[in-house]
Amino acid sequence: MGGKGSVAVEFDGIVKAFGPVQVLHGVSFALAPGHVYGLLGENGAGKSTLMKILSGYESATGGALKINGQPRQFASSRDAEALGIVLIHQEFNLAEDLNVAQNIFLGHEKKKGWLLDDAAMERDAASALAAVGLNIDPRTKVRKLIVAEKQLVEIAKSIARRARLLVMDEPTATLTPGETERLFKLIAQLRADGVTIVYISHKLDEVEQVTDEVIVMRDGRFVARAPTADVTRQQMANLMVGRELADLYPPRDAVTTSGEPAMRVQGFSVPGWAQDASFEVRPGEILGFAGLVGAGRTELFEGLLGLRPASGGSVEMLGKPVPHGKGWRNPRDAARHGLTYLSEDRKGKGLHVNFGLRQNLTLMALERYAQPWLKPEAERSALAEAVKDYGIRTGSLDVKASSLSGGNQQKLALAKVLQPRPKVVVLDEPTRGVDVGAKRDIYFLIQRLAREGLAVIVVSSELMELIGLCHRVAVMRAGKLVATLDAEHLTEEELIAHATGTADTTAAA
Amino acid sequence: MPPEQQTPQPRPEAAAHRSETAPRWTERLHGLGPVIGLVLLCIAGTLLNGDFATVDNAMNVLTRTAFIGIIAVGMCFVIISGGIDLSVGSMAALIAGSVIMFINWAGPASGSPLLAVVMGAVLAVVLGAVFGLAHGLLITKGRIEPFIVTLGTLGIFRAYLTYFADGGALTLDNELSDLYAPVYYASLAGIPVPVWVFVIVAIVGGLILNRTAYGRYVQAIGSNEQVARYAAVDVDRVKILTYVLLGVCVGIATLLYVPRLGSASPTTGLLWELEAIAAVIVGGTALKGGAGSITGTVVGAVLLSVISNILNLTSIISVYLNAAVQGFVIIIVAFLQRGRR
Repeated sequence: MGGKGSVAVEFDGIVKAFGPVQVLHGVSFALAPGHVYGLLGENGAGKSTLMKILSGYESATGGALKINGQPRQFASSRDAEALGIVLIHQEFNLAEDLNVAQNIFLGHEKKKGWLLDDAAMERDAASALAAVGLNIDPRTKVRKLIVAEKQLVEIAKSIARRARLLVMDEPTATLTPGETERLFKLIAQLRADGVTIVYISHKLDEVEQVTDEVIVMRDGRFVARAPTADVTRQQMANLMVGRELADLYPPRDAVTTSGEPAMRVQGFSVPGWAQDASFEVRPGEILGFAGLVGAGRTELFEGLLGLRPASGGSVEMLGKPVPHGKGWRNPRDAARHGLTYLSEDRKGKGLHVNFGLRQNLTLMALERYAQPWLKPEAERSALAEAVKDYGIRTGSLDVKASSLSGGNQQKLALAKVLQPRPKVVVLDEPTRGVDVGAKRDIYFLIQRLAREGLAVIVVSSELMELIGLCHRVAVMRAGKLVATLDAEHLTEEELIAHATGTADTTAAA
Repeated sequence: MPPEQQTPQPRPEAAAHRSETAPRWTERLHGLGPVIGLVLLCIAGTLLNGDFATVDNAMNVLTRTAFIGIIAVGMCFVIISGGIDLSVGSMAALIAGSVIMFINWAGPASGSPLLAVVMGAVLAVVLGAVFGLAHGLLITKGRIEPFIVTLGTLGIFRAYLTYFADGGALTLDNELSDLYAPVYYASLAGIPVPVWVFVIVAIVGGLILNRTAYGRYVQAIGSNEQVARYAAVDVDRVKILTYVLLGVCVGIATLLYVPRLGSASPTTGLLWELEAIAAVIVGGTALKGGAGSITGTVVGAVLLSVISNILNLTSIISVYLNAAVQGFVIIIVAFLQRGRR
């Protein structure tokens, strides 16, 4: 590495407008080389746009971007890369059917005359992979990698391109705690080599742990900057939201443990993903599901809904067994019996982003609006009600779902899975990619649903969320349900210990 | 800090609101595109040949449109759901041949020529539904790409017709043909029967697509199949039904078509798939599915037959190039649609 020296960045009154809509209103601040900066802000604050301008994916409408004191206008990301500025996207830009080495050198292939020099590329790729601590053959197809490995390949790619400034957008969204630790070590190492890092994350504990300084943006403006050591998480959150953020989590209600379970699952298996899982959830209870990525939580519930082949086990709903034992035939069957599921993949499985809000909201309960002709007025009033009930912020009711912010899309998705009036609802990563304000709204919403007697299952990778919200938390490891912790035992350490298998002694309940 | 208590993100909303009004305006314009095209073509036709703008010619064009139009209505469902059916021309040919063979046999056998013709018409619809069901099952349960399945049946259907016709033509017996003729040649209130049927099929199609839960599911599946599946939509059943619906439409089109010539040959229904798909696409439905309209499809079908009518009436471009013109139109429209999403 080295070679190119360091990169000092100065934003001077950066303005960006998309058509008539202004998203950046004269942002000015500077980044010194060799520091790790946490860039904070709610969704829509303009962080991503600013970073795209820095890395050449967008160009500013006004203001100046200075690199090492010189004003620059990047025509493309290639220009920025030439100066060592690389953005690692939230969604990876890897060609799945190419191998790791081919991806690392994509667009920058090494050649011998007319032919590709695969040997040299594989050699260099191997050393870049070693630098990020990823121990795989550079000839492995990217398709075969797990998400965390893809993340590391992205970083290796930037190292191979001699990045001097690295922008990481939500890099840990899909990582397990162990993988996150490894990423943090790598960040420390890059920093020691003089690489500047801009770290964008909604997870304030990570920002606290890994950054030297935080920079806060709100509504397209620079708000504040401070050494990380001088601000608390609460202060960071308050700066982002622009108001005092009351406690993020609602007070925990007591749940009557005597009632008949809303759903009881026994000895349920999804071949290859989950073995012999048994759990039950009562009306009014919030049951959490913790575990590392790949522990089989999502797959367990997809199996229950008939989205994956399941084998064995028995399922009871409100005391009545499900007709053919192995969960339901398909999500329609499950919804009819009172179980609905909100997928962790909002854009791919949760919402029709090209559809209107109304069409999205009523899709799961259309029978109610069709007798036999659909009644758009009834749908519209249902939407107006949902917008009010779930606090969905939208300028108009006639827009497409894609025009909502992430948090509001998530509230719409939540409203959608509740439309069939289920008895049990499974929410898979309900706050993924959602800003702090919307998170709080969703937590209070979940609590309200439980109070109304709904049994809520929350699958989440954010331990704090499970601890703050749930009555009990079930922990899965490698396809097995290893423990169920009740409120007294809910601590971060305990959850991690069970999820990683380092504490087999204190399995409660 | 500024006191903006309740609305921490006013800007994105305003942005969403504003950016949403612009596309809606252009979307409406896109919807009008085919209509504007049709109007321009009609003006051109009138200028080129005085016979174009007569009631007789208009009825002639609409009658010819009816077959393709009816099939296009069914095709519209299949394409919106994200599928495709390349076999409709061959399917129409095989149904036509089967119906003719059946009527020729049932006429003398049952002793009632009228009953034979009625049963033949019913058979056309039933055969269409069965072929459609076969497509749907192979595509959903068999998990084969619709392109492959219907490419296969495109060959199969036509080959069987050729085999049954022994390479020649299957012809309706004279007496039966006379009995069946009114289905194509008769008029109600001055409008030919096929046009009436076309109108009814289009209205029913439009109602199903826009005003029933089933129609919403079709759009949801085409827009994003995974999301629909997770939202408790019975994806397989909805998809199978789109192919059955299309088969029924092909059956109806064929039962109207048989009395026109009273025969079926290996060239019957040749390239109908091109015309039907072109009508849907020209009508503004995206080939990748998700959104589309029956009105647009009807306009598209009429527009295509107006083009061929103008070619017939004038001598600017040879009639033999009719299919080429349709091919160009479909490519140009697809080019204009590009990047709309």
